[in-house]
Amino acid sequence: MANKVYQRVYTQLESITKATVSLRASGVSNDELAVVGGRLAQVVRIKGEVVTLQIFSGTEGIPTNAEVVFLGEPPTLKVSDALAGRFFDAYGHPIDGGPEVDGEEREIGGPSVNPYKRRQPSQLIPTGIAGIDLNNTLVSGQKIPFFADPDQPYNKVMADVAMRADVDKIILGGMGLSNDDYLFFRHEFEAAGALDKIICFINTTENPPVERLLIPDMALTAAEYFAVDKNEKVLVLLTDMTLYADALSIVSNRMDQIPSKDSMPGSLYSDLAKIYEKAVQLPTEGSITIIAVTTLNDGDITHAIPDNTGYITEGQLFLRVDTDSGKVIIDPFRSLSRLKQLVQGKKTREDHSQVMNAGVRLFADAQNAKTKLENGFDLSDYDHRCLAYAKEYATRLLSIDVNISIDEMLDTAWELFAKYFSPAETGIKQAFIDKYWNGDKVSI
Amino acid sequence: MLTKGKVTGIVSNLVTVLLEGPVGENELCFINLGGVRMMAEVIKVNGRYAQVQVFESTRGLSVGDSVEFEGRMLEATLGPGLLSSVYDGLQNDLRTMEGVFLKRGEYTDPLDHEKLWHFTPIAKPGDKVVAADWLGGVEEGWLPHKIMVPFSFKGEFTVKQVKEEGEYNIDTVIAVLVNEEGDDVPVTMSQKWPVKIAVKGYKEKPRPDRIMETGVRVIDTFNPIAEGGTGFIPGPFGCGKTVLQHAIAKQGDADVIVMAACGERANEVVEIFTEFPELIDPHTGRHLMERTTIICNTSNMPVAAREASVYTAMTICEYYRAMGLKCLLLADSTSRWAQALREMSNRMEELPGADAFPVDLSAIISNFYSRAGMVILNNGQRGAVTFIGTVSPAGGNLKEPVTESTKKAARCFYALEQNRADQKRYPAVNPIDSYSKYLEYPEIQQYLEETVERGWVDKVLRAKNIIRRGKESAEQINILGDDGVPMSYHILFWKSELVDFIILQQDGFDPVDSLCPMERQRYMLDLVLDICGKEFDFADFEKCRDYFKNIINLLRQMNYSTFGSDDFSAYESQVKKLLEENGK
Repeated sequence: MANKVYQRVYTQLESITKATVSLRASGVSNDELAVVGGRLAQVVRIKGEVVTLQIFSGTEGIPTNAEVVFLGEPPTLKVSDALAGRFFDAYGHPIDGGPEVDGEEREIGGPSVNPYKRRQPSQLIPTGIAGIDLNNTLVSGQKIPFFADPDQPYNKVMADVAMRADVDKIILGGMGLSNDDYLFFRHEFEAAGALDKIICFINTTENPPVERLLIPDMALTAAEYFAVDKNEKVLVLLTDMTLYADALSIVSNRMDQIPSKDSMPGSLYSDLAKIYEKAVQLPTEGSITIIAVTTLNDGDITHAIPDNTGYITEGQLFLRVDTDSGKVIIDPFRSLSRLKQLVQGKKTREDHSQVMNAGVRLFADAQNAKTKLENGFDLSDYDHRCLAYAKEYATRLLSIDVNISIDEMLDTAWELFAKYFSPAETGIKQAFIDKYWNGDKVSI
Repeated sequence: MLTKGKVTGIVSNLVTVLLEGPVGENELCFINLGGVRMMAEVIKVNGRYAQVQVFESTRGLSVGDSVEFEGRMLEATLGPGLLSSVYDGLQNDLRTMEGVFLKRGEYTDPLDHEKLWHFTPIAKPGDKVVAADWLGGVEEGWLPHKIMVPFSFKGEFTVKQVKEEGEYNIDTVIAVLVNEEGDDVPVTMSQKWPVKIAVKGYKEKPRPDRIMETGVRVIDTFNPIAEGGTGFIPGPFGCGKTVLQHAIAKQGDADVIVMAACGERANEVVEIFTEFPELIDPHTGRHLMERTTIICNTSNMPVAAREASVYTAMTICEYYRAMGLKCLLLADSTSRWAQALREMSNRMEELPGADAFPVDLSAIISNFYSRAGMVILNNGQRGAVTFIGTVSPAGGNLKEPVTESTKKAARCFYALEQNRADQKRYPAVNPIDSYSKYLEYPEIQQYLEETVERGWVDKVLRAKNIIRRGKESAEQINILGDDGVPMSYHILFWKSELVDFIILQQDGFDPVDSLCPMERQRYMLDLVLDICGKEFDFADFEKCRDYFKNIINLLRQMNYSTFGSDDFSAYESQVKKLLEENGK
């Protein structure tokens, strides 16, 4: 959109809330940016002559006679290869002391990919973590969040996954990151010598919350540049989407919208889907994979934010502490990768899906045995074997500190099955038992 | 003279327009944004102002932009070539759009105007016809596609002439009719119909009297859905809604399948149009895609078109039903459609109902479900639209408005359960809460007795009872402990596990087990009930458990083997041997 020839300055605000201001103005277009008293703002509602603006950095100290100038265009990002290795704020300005990036100016939050032009994801993303690779295999073009309580090491796991993934670019969108976590990511990327393929858009807890709303669109506009224009494999990390959703609810609340469940805006599903659906496998080699973090309140996945997220994303990775082994594990019951069958047994060994299912089913039997134990009942021989199996399974496979190949994961699982169970107890197809069972096959 | 207007307000995709003339409810209009024409629909009129929902992003729209009304509602274009198409919610052909990204204001034609179809006349000059009567037919893939008197025609017509057999495109006038006033009315091979209005043009809509096979045991055996019936699948995320729906789409015994991906993941649609062209329809041996139409309005596409997508899909089904075909409509998910209604209601600042949904939600849902059904056409042939919708209840809690409203409208209820999914007991349909009202229909009971076997309905009820008693036993065992209950409790529990593992559970990814024809379902249920009918004797509960685990394992291997194969028989004789050792 061309810049306006002259810029009219307004100086009379009609109303001010914590996040928005309203004024009378004409010729204003929907979604366009404005500067209010030196702060960036965006048009969110037009009602006749009255225009409502959301001020990203908050309205503290804005006077009713603040100067308002409309910029005539929605938020943009300048894209070019020079983005690589740089750190930016929510507006796309460098925060690493380097120069501004020059390049083609693109609107952020642009249109969606025609679903018919997508391809089915089929590239395995190995992470070395068995809780992911064995039970919840990731595929390029997938979108998947970590569900974790705030005290879980989700940022560490995400950084591990990013560093091990075979991708061309890693784009970090940090929303409400603590300064310590920001420095942690920076350190991890530097230590891995991977800075040249990293791009970061950072909003820390020190920055105003509404600014966060720009972060995912900024990160994904950069991602689309590299995936669509440059045919690259791009991994986007978004942390923490719960804080993003909180910022949405602040704005909708200030606009007097009727809240739906958990005081979230009624459009939460669409708002989150617009972000996550940017994950795509293109017909070229290019792809965008999104790994996000949604922090939970005491493991409650029925809250509107994780609930809507779960319906949008292609599964979720649920972190929790396993009390028996003392390890942080990827919970095999609550975690799911919806695209896993696209690679399991196709890009991995044929026995993958049956081994995975048997492993999880036996782990579930151990949970039942544990319940029995807690209720004070005698355990059967099978129960005891399940419990012993579960401890070893959690330590050697589910724990997030595992880093082995997928074949090693499968071999480990077969080893555990043979150690604790008979073939019939695993319920695995006879053909695979014949081929992979290493041990005594006598049924008990 | 068509009405014009000017934009006076914008909140996201809800735009207020100052009118210069009359408009109708649900009338379409185009908003002009610097040369880009964006489609919108009137949803509320207040004095001289109309509120319209825009089917596109309103970014850049300003007060004062011009609006032109169309004098018509949102319509579907109906004609040969609908099958194997991939449309968006407004029936734009996504295959013919250029570029990787969807562009605003780009609308493509739903049907190919160049393609020639081999037309054969049915009606003769002098015939008296009404709307939906057949004038001729073309072959669409392997399906006999009928060219009908357009649904919008009112009154009786006399056929003046019909084109002779030959190759024509859809715009060719294939018949000329004479109306009651004596005027000539031309008919081509395509027609339009407003999607929000149900297509009539049939003689009667009787109660469904036969079932639609899906190859999924927990549906066909336990809770069968009728041909022309309605059902819904609610479930928390990760419980296998989509896998179950895709299984029904692949295996359902229908001539035409319309899948409406309504506000769901784009990759799921990609899965359909990647896999379906490769897959073979088990009933006809033809490629699945040839009988499938995809309406796809994924979650990141404009919200208003999401609502339109389910109506467009239903209209296409009704069109094929009028040809005497069996259609199956799958909508995933109707909750996203309800959420679209909620977003608009919220922006219009209407007083909200429960969970901020509009108050008329229940009426809208039951109105939509009522469009399904089996019908007898004017010429005595039968056609059917079977509708299965999924519901995504917030937080997995079934006590929410969309689930409750749908429960009132749909006759089959397939409740997916988190607990079963956690234990990987797929499909995670809860065997106790789920139901099919059709099982109580005398017509359906009679059909099952005649086509499956005598006494079938009683057998199904017996199997359900085993599950119920097994659950009670499991609860007692949990409270009193393995040693605190008599052996009979353990036996009851394990009998229910047998039914659960062998009949209810099914491996949707296994090439053999995923599709279980009715004949095989009958065989396995008979076998399982036969075992459950026996009396067993065990020294202790561990012996009981091991014994049943062995039986279950062998029967599972049977499920994985081709029906009637050597492997199948070998496993069966092993089962028989175990039964000889114990059980009488």
